[in-house]
Amino acid sequence: MELVMAHESDLNLKATELRLGLPGSDECEKMFSSAKNNKRASPEMAEDSSGSKGSSDVKSVEHETAPAPNVSDGRAQIVGWPPVKSYRKNNLQQNKTEGDQSGMFVKVSMDGAPYLRKIDLKLYNGYSELLKALETMFKLTIGEYSEREGYKGSEYAPAYEDKDGDLMLVGDVPWDMFMSSCKRLRIMKGAEARGLGGAFS
Amino acid sequence: MDPEPKKPEDSPSNSANSHTPVQPPSPFPDEVLEKVLSFIDSHKDRSSVSLVRKDWYNAERWTRSKLFIGNCYSVSPEIVARRFPRIKSITLKGKPRFSDFNMLPRDWGANVHSWLVMFAKVYPFLEELRLKRMTVTDESLELLAKSFSGFKSLSLSSCDGFTDIGLKAIASHCRNLTELDIQDSVTEDVGGGWLSCFPENFASLEVLNFASLNSEVSFDDLERLVSRCKSLRVLKVNESITLDQLQRLLVHAPQLLELGTGSFLQELTPRQYEDIESAFSNCKNLQILSGLWEANSLYLPVLYGACAGLTFLNLSDAPLQSGEFAKLLAHCPNLRRLWVVDTVEDKGLEAVGSSCPLLEELRVFPADPYDRHHRDGVTELGFLAVSRGCRNLHYVLYFCRRMTNAAVVTIVQNCPDFTHFRLCIMTPGQPDYLTNDPMDEAFAAVVKTCTKLKRLSVSGLLTDLTFEFIGKYAKNLETLSVAFAGNSDWGMQCVLEGCPKLRKLEIRDSPFGNAALLSGLKKYEMMRSLWMSDCNVTMKGCRLLAREMPRLNVEVIMDEESDESQADKVYVYRSVAGPRRDAPPFVLTL
Repeated sequence: MELVMAHESDLNLKATELRLGLPGSDECEKMFSSAKNNKRASPEMAEDSSGSKGSSDVKSVEHETAPAPNVSDGRAQIVGWPPVKSYRKNNLQQNKTEGDQSGMFVKVSMDGAPYLRKIDLKLYNGYSELLKALETMFKLTIGEYSEREGYKGSEYAPAYEDKDGDLMLVGDVPWDMFMSSCKRLRIMKGAEARGLGGAFS
Repeated sequence: MDPEPKKPEDSPSNSANSHTPVQPPSPFPDEVLEKVLSFIDSHKDRSSVSLVRKDWYNAERWTRSKLFIGNCYSVSPEIVARRFPRIKSITLKGKPRFSDFNMLPRDWGANVHSWLVMFAKVYPFLEELRLKRMTVTDESLELLAKSFSGFKSLSLSSCDGFTDIGLKAIASHCRNLTELDIQDSVTEDVGGGWLSCFPENFASLEVLNFASLNSEVSFDDLERLVSRCKSLRVLKVNESITLDQLQRLLVHAPQLLELGTGSFLQELTPRQYEDIESAFSNCKNLQILSGLWEANSLYLPVLYGACAGLTFLNLSDAPLQSGEFAKLLAHCPNLRRLWVVDTVEDKGLEAVGSSCPLLEELRVFPADPYDRHHRDGVTELGFLAVSRGCRNLHYVLYFCRRMTNAAVVTIVQNCPDFTHFRLCIMTPGQPDYLTNDPMDEAFAAVVKTCTKLKRLSVSGLLTDLTFEFIGKYAKNLETLSVAFAGNSDWGMQCVLEGCPKLRKLEIRDSPFGNAALLSGLKKYEMMRSLWMSDCNVTMKGCRLLAREMPRLNVEVIMDEESDESQADKVYVYRSVAGPRRDAPPFVLTL
């Protein structure tokens, strides 16, 4: 079970995605100049007395990622920063359930899109977070879930393939059960989507 | 009452210069002086006393029973043993603070063993040893256990080097032990067998803290131990202890003042739930609560009955959501100190502002320090909310991802009594997120408004201006931590020339070079230590400093990859013991 809840807005899934193409621009590389010696990073920035250049570099760190060897989200890490005691850091980062450090990645396909995406279900604490993430990732609106009518208010409906290979509507079963049975996600569009919801009305 | 006659070489004034004026006879006999001095506890006061005149120095050294050594390398065991003949309690601190953040290589030093060897010889009646950031091997713990028959109290804070073998020795041999307090241990693997080594008739424990040790202990042995130690007032167990096990412990020890629970996540039957709820309600004296691993809204309510008298709630191991956190706070009106994880977010801090009017200390730790999950954590709004509701706030440690100058200005206006202001904006060099200005204005407001400020940690985008203000206004500042800040040598110079009470200065990744380093020549002897890493200091500058100031130890820690002329990590401290004799090959003493 996740210890840490996500906030409501932008989750920036870019950090966890696996891409087909080359990574995007990394201004980050300039900041953390060499992968092995991240320590020297910020004096360059600190020496810059005007705030604006520094800030644009800083802002880019927040949202861009640089490929780095052994950090899962691709962000380069500075030794000893932030100044959190090792003892404390270890306790909070461990996933308490069975100590599983790896994510639970499932493929996400969207009808009509040329390639698939992948997300880590473990990052989310419930359906609303997952759906918001999907909306952000695919730039669409999914609509309101109701048991009776499925997803109303948009042309998309999130579905998933379960352990038995059946195509199921996202949201019907408790989150934990969904997490353990979901093998693959599929965002359905248009008539097919409406059909899925309509079948139960 | 007067012990052995004082030998002449004890006196500090009995040195080579024979023209030292003879001091007039003391107005009162030694016995009186000693009796009076025996009431003085504070080591700072005692230090002052010892400087008055020769006989005061002697009286002081004979009556001192508690020793505080803030830097184990500032003095040697031999010097200590010569000066103080009758010590019962010793506090020793070792590594520089940045070692907590993995900035010091392994085997850097601060090994307590040579101290223990001396203590075993000179202080057979030693009762208490409190160590911080020192390396303590099993061999040392065995020596400790066997050398002091009256030993009572062992406290290890942020120490490393020991395993359960050493702890077994302590448990087996220290018949009069009242305190075993292990905090923030960095030992990889300490087994749990030591707990079972306390003898069956051993019942003197008052303080037991093994919360930071990972391994499982025998619950049966723990339960028996707790039930026979009737004076137990502090019990902090580790995560291996379950909720229903905790219930049984609480039934044996309802008198506890301080409790650290084990894991708070367990499927309880309704009966078990009731039992633990009533066990907590019976803890009428509880003042301090910690642990609570994996606590969530389901089980937190069992605590409510014990919260009325709580003054310190430490939730740093229990990342809570704002809702369950607010509900818990509603039961804790008397909180003075609160440590939380930033999962409570600004909303949770609003609840702090409204529920905890007596709050004096707040620490907010990041759940996700390396920003892997892109959580918001807390912002300037949460801090503002606390400052509005908690006017007695004087200690803050706040990790956040965004801050504004305006917020900090308002915060210190609301709470002008800060003595400790540690703000960590987690992205290095980040400006005010609304205006894009440097955070200079914020820290200027802190030092101007908070005249009692003793400790300051700065962060965010900072120019030399911040340091000008610190040097100009922070007249009571004793400890300053700087990271990724400043423009030039001038900044550091301002601090060194301005802060009269500065004792500890630690700087990393900032553009201060030799000129800055050398501007503090005179100052460093009045400080405990200076740390500079990844700044612009060179070996040349360090050598110059070492040459000019022979009573300072100037140490450079060499990295494999580093350039021969750059001094990547510099540690400077005053010492009467001369250069370290135990320095590893990568520590160069200049």
